[in-house]
Amino acid sequence: MSKIGVFICHCGENISATVDCERVAKSASEMEGVAFATDYKYMCSDPGQSLIKNAIREHHLDGVVVGSCSPRMHEPTFRRACSEAGLNPYLCEIANLREHVSWVHEKGEATTLKAIDIVKGVVEKVRRNKPLNAIEVPITKKALVIGGGIAGIQASLDIANCGQKVILIEKGPSIGGHMSQLSETFPTLDCSQCILTPRMVEVAQHPNITLYTYAELDKLDGFIGNFKATIRLKAKSVDYNKCTGCGLCTTKCPQKKIPSEFNEGLGLRTAIFTPFPQAVPNKPAIDKEHCNYYQKGKCKVCQKFCPTGAIEYDKPDEFITEDIGAVIVTTGFNVLKTDFFPEYGYGKYKDVITGLQFERLASASGPTLGEIRRPSDGQIPKKIVFISCCGSRDPAKGIPYCSKICCMYTAKHAMLYQHKVHDGESTIFYMDVRAGGKNYEEFVRRAVEEDHVNYVRGRVARVYEKNGKLIVKGVDTLLSAKPVEIEADMVVLATAGVANKGAEELAQKMHISYDPYHFFAEAHPKLKPVETNTAGIFLAGACQSPKDIPETVASASGAAVKAVSLLSQPTLVREPIIAVVNRCAPPMFSTCVGCFMCETICPYNAIEHEEIKDRRTGKVIKTVAKINPGLCQGCGTCVSFCRSKSIDIQGYTNEEMFAEVTALLNK
Amino acid sequence: MKLGFYPGCSLNGTAREYNESVKALAPVFGIELVEIDDWNCCGASAAHAVNRDLSLALPARTLALAEKQGFDEIVVPCAACFNRLAVAQYELNKDELLKKSVEKSIDMTFNNDIKILNVVQFIDKYIKDKIIEKISHKFEHQVACYYGCLLVRPHKIIGFDRVEDPTSLDELMQLIGATTIDWGFKTECCGASLSIARTDLVAKLSCNIVKDAADRGAEAIIVACPMCHSNLDMRRPQIDEYVGKKISTPVIYITQAIGLAVGITPEKLGLQRHFVKVNTL
Amino acid sequence: MATNHQISTRIKAATDVDIDMCYQCGKCTAGCVLADDMDYPSSMIMRMLQTNDEENYRKIISSEAIWLCLNCENCIGRCPKEVDIPKIMDYLRADSVKNKCVSPKAKPILSFYQSFLGTVKTSGRLSEVFMTIRFKLRTLRLWQDVSLVPSMLAKGKLKFIPESIKGKRNLKNIFKSINYK
Repeated sequence: MSKIGVFICHCGENISATVDCERVAKSASEMEGVAFATDYKYMCSDPGQSLIKNAIREHHLDGVVVGSCSPRMHEPTFRRACSEAGLNPYLCEIANLREHVSWVHEKGEATTLKAIDIVKGVVEKVRRNKPLNAIEVPITKKALVIGGGIAGIQASLDIANCGQKVILIEKGPSIGGHMSQLSETFPTLDCSQCILTPRMVEVAQHPNITLYTYAELDKLDGFIGNFKATIRLKAKSVDYNKCTGCGLCTTKCPQKKIPSEFNEGLGLRTAIFTPFPQAVPNKPAIDKEHCNYYQKGKCKVCQKFCPTGAIEYDKPDEFITEDIGAVIVTTGFNVLKTDFFPEYGYGKYKDVITGLQFERLASASGPTLGEIRRPSDGQIPKKIVFISCCGSRDPAKGIPYCSKICCMYTAKHAMLYQHKVHDGESTIFYMDVRAGGKNYEEFVRRAVEEDHVNYVRGRVARVYEKNGKLIVKGVDTLLSAKPVEIEADMVVLATAGVANKGAEELAQKMHISYDPYHFFAEAHPKLKPVETNTAGIFLAGACQSPKDIPETVASASGAAVKAVSLLSQPTLVREPIIAVVNRCAPPMFSTCVGCFMCETICPYNAIEHEEIKDRRTGKVIKTVAKINPGLCQGCGTCVSFCRSKSIDIQGYTNEEMFAEVTALLNK
Repeated sequence: MKLGFYPGCSLNGTAREYNESVKALAPVFGIELVEIDDWNCCGASAAHAVNRDLSLALPARTLALAEKQGFDEIVVPCAACFNRLAVAQYELNKDELLKKSVEKSIDMTFNNDIKILNVVQFIDKYIKDKIIEKISHKFEHQVACYYGCLLVRPHKIIGFDRVEDPTSLDELMQLIGATTIDWGFKTECCGASLSIARTDLVAKLSCNIVKDAADRGAEAIIVACPMCHSNLDMRRPQIDEYVGKKISTPVIYITQAIGLAVGITPEKLGLQRHFVKVNTL
Repeated sequence: MATNHQISTRIKAATDVDIDMCYQCGKCTAGCVLADDMDYPSSMIMRMLQTNDEENYRKIISSEAIWLCLNCENCIGRCPKEVDIPKIMDYLRADSVKNKCVSPKAKPILSFYQSFLGTVKTSGRLSEVFMTIRFKLRTLRLWQDVSLVPSMLAKGKLKFIPESIKGKRNLKNIFKSINYK
């Protein structure tokens, strides 16, 4: 026989204004299984909670129903109170009399009757509730950060500074990401590498950070707190234990005409190379696709000249596995190249470049040492046209979103150009100017008011080349849609920010969601921007959506805290509201037939195979489903799919739910 | 190989040489072009500019006739006719009620699944592969290929080549030995049907085209549309007046260029009918 | 500015084009070869339609711009929102004729189209010679292009006897069923 206590809260006036709480309590006291019932003005308050605790002790209650606001508000509160009084917290349930009754109905008899019915339903459920214990899952105290741009660097440092171990992997030969390619950053016009490189060095030297460059994630198995990452360390052909970073090999390499990725194709590099002088680690790797030895079997000049004998050809890629507790994905983004645009030349015209290419021109360590020069003939352009929204906000090109950063960097580019070429003329064709960050609007106005950049509101229909000049056909929509034609020396396209190539494959490897544009999906767009729907995997930076540096750094620190909060717990405590596959006595062992339909529809990959073996012979009798308590989120999909009804949700069992519904229907 | 043929009004009139060149080229590659019996005018720009239903009914009648006469494919050298027929086919396929109403107007029902080929699609499908073996005089000149508007737009309906910087004519010309230039007016309108009502505007627009081609060293402009040809060729005096100098770059049809390469005489290709002399080639 | 959306509703019903899709970027005007000569370039026309204001609408259908439009389709080819501007132009032209407010500057253009269709109505195929005659009579541009006649004749490009199709009645019925005047 149950001894349930029912506690009806007035919630100030929120419930009592429309529901007769005293009457509900009185009705409850007459329900079967109810040993005690009362009402109170503020059940969640200290005296209210004491009321519950005392009742538990005095009346030896074995179940508690609180008629109050939504469980989302105070279920933890009341469960804690019960726990403190010695009652298993999962024997306490909430009857939502506020959001489900008083807030949606007028005062009256029917409203009070509905409240009584709901309480009755919950009482019937609690009569069948079983005590449950929170699940404890062990945690590996190590984080994996995938991607060595500013987001990955920031996240790694934050986690490492909390005393936790971090592995940072970066697929290129150096960390730094796109930020290392930038010249000066808005809104302060700080030199990008000057603020970035100290952090890069800190990462390399931090005792808690293990850095693997030229490395990629091969596989990620496991679950929150217990991941197993297989990392492919691509063969660099250089032994970093011997290499001193002297750079002699790069001067001797005969393959000198490879377009440099770091310089966005505007400069050249050798086959054995470091991407830029401040690379971390500052040691080279061999690009096998362009190396004479790997392609044709000849050369080996670098090995001949290396003073420490660090060159080692034909080493295979190495695979290492690491146990990981939390993963942060910071793989960043990319920008479209000029060949994406039919109306701007399909990439034919050398002097039509992207914003990122302009950054390399403006950068002091770039191919032109910071001078803005035309890629075609090296001349300094006297007239530059900047075109905003190239690809972005363009459903016809498949990219309806705004890339967020282009308005700001275009203003910056125009300003940098005006600072470097005093008699130059710059025009920006725009649709809107989006400058929402701190000091951003003032920055854009500086471009107009101090540096006299011409802003023309209208888009550009096409650009073509004639006699070494680029003819830009635009329009000024603010001047009654007057067509504007400019003969420019250079055209800079603010191309759309897009997901990195390989983003889809990576997301699928890690079982995280992504959107139609292959940006990784956050768990909730407002309240969980740095978490994914996969427990234990977090996101930061532009791999989630295009962002500027302040936002990237903030999200990286946010993700780092999420990771540390996970790693700093002794064990991972999870709510026991999870699915369980039944077990019973032999010879059946379980009503589960091993069809694994549940496995195919589980959104969280929480279903595993369990072999039930004969104790003596070790032979497998049957293979049944097993729910991984670390991954299961208690959604119940498997329960509804299971043909043999072998799965049930702890805390919301079929029996409990039917009892509640039946009680509501039978009056 | 028998294909349906829709000359359209201009090929029978002022664009006579286009007709002649197509008819001269086809037999060289074993193709017989059979004219659709009793075809009517497609309506061109005039019909859709003033009445939508008319602009659909006129081409629909020709499509229906072609279907009834047993053709699976029809070749439409005039780019405007091609565009009107293709658009009519598309619109009627999209809207069943509209199709029924048009069928009532033209007093004929039809499936509307006949394949419509423009001159370049026709050449690509039936001639391109055999050109190399039949070349007798390589067309060793520098040319500017002018596509005009209606061959490539609207892309959703036409689905041919690409809207900006198309390459199909360039590829054909390269096949017969020409060097094609990269220029800025491949698909900019020549002035189209304003040729008579606003000759001044045609002079301006066609001047931009001819001048750019000439400035970049084109020895000829290759076209695939009789309207474009007329504006760039017949209206050359107005163009010259607009730009203030005489530009003597000839304008020839793609079929004439290929015809010359495979050894057909200039007379048979109608080159003498052009206003701007073609003898430099 | 009217907020009752009557004009955009009308246009949507007749052309299936939603003018609210246009976000006024101006790319259509930027690429329009005759934008410099138009009283209201295409993006302006779109904005005026978006105001749903009858006075603005009157200005549009009385404009020369809609008749200068060559329907070259460059605008829709580049429009990021794929707004079917040529279709709207066709609709505006038809409305302009219906409301008898064709711009006087554009009358020769309309006359050309009417002369063209006049010969098609009669014989089923365009007669360039008769079209030109009709055009000259309508516009009184009697001496236009007369200098071309000798060379056209010599090149065999003029057909004085118009071609006629057998299904002339069919054609007449088409014109009749569409109420073409």
